[in-house]
Amino acid sequence: MTDQRRRGFLKGMLGVGVAGFALGSGIVPLRVEAATAPDASEWPEKAFKTPGVDETIAELYGMEATESDQITMDLPTIAQNGAVVPVSVETTLPNVTGIALLVAKNPNALAAYFDVPEGTLPFVSNRLKMAETTDVVAVVISDGKAYKATQNVKVTVGGCGG
Amino acid sequence: MASSIRVRAVENNGVTSLKALVRHPMDSGFVKDSAGNVIPAHFIKVLTISHNGKNVFVANWGPAVSKDPFLECRFKGAKKGDELTISWIDNEGASDSTTATIA
Repeated sequence: MTDQRRRGFLKGMLGVGVAGFALGSGIVPLRVEAATAPDASEWPEKAFKTPGVDETIAELYGMEATESDQITMDLPTIAQNGAVVPVSVETTLPNVTGIALLVAKNPNALAAYFDVPEGTLPFVSNRLKMAETTDVVAVVISDGKAYKATQNVKVTVGGCGG
Repeated sequence: MASSIRVRAVENNGVTSLKALVRHPMDSGFVKDSAGNVIPAHFIKVLTISHNGKNVFVANWGPAVSKDPFLECRFKGAKKGDELTISWIDNEGASDSTTATIA
């Protein structure tokens, strides 16, 4: 994402925030009670605690992933700051139900994984932390099979130094 | 109280593009403070985006997601003026929720 677009986005966000406040100030307390917090009980504790890419994929999806050239990853080849590395994944594979992002050299490889219900496009953009120069692996579940793509990121300042 | 979530959702040709920014420390549990004490892990576990009561996107996050996480996703089946609900819960059980209107 270019800096220009990012500015625009942030400005837009400000506008949304203000409008949302003006509209919702009267009804917000009711909404908060009515809204249910997401259920974290399904959160895969074990998969997030597993080091190693292949082990994590096996733990998360119970299968091995095959390489695919139909997964497009958009991330910097050199990241100046390992604490904030933007990663986008898009794929042309059909019937995608899940996307996972793994950082090979982090203490625990799994960074995030996403459920993609029907009607949602197989695209996600997220920002990740990485400790050092590492491979980033995107895993896509398509038609019940796992596919992966890998790209290397050179990190000049690690994300774990605080 | 201002919401911790900022959302912008735009519909174009049947596809809604959503960008969300959440204010959260996302401590990994590996970082030490200046006194050498480990800062305990504190991160968002699950973030859901729902439209008409149906989840259109579920993000399961670990501590390797950056501070003040950003998320972008795209989905079909919503139109301008529809309301979306974005909610999250973290590993300490704290949660927040907000609604946004598709522009």
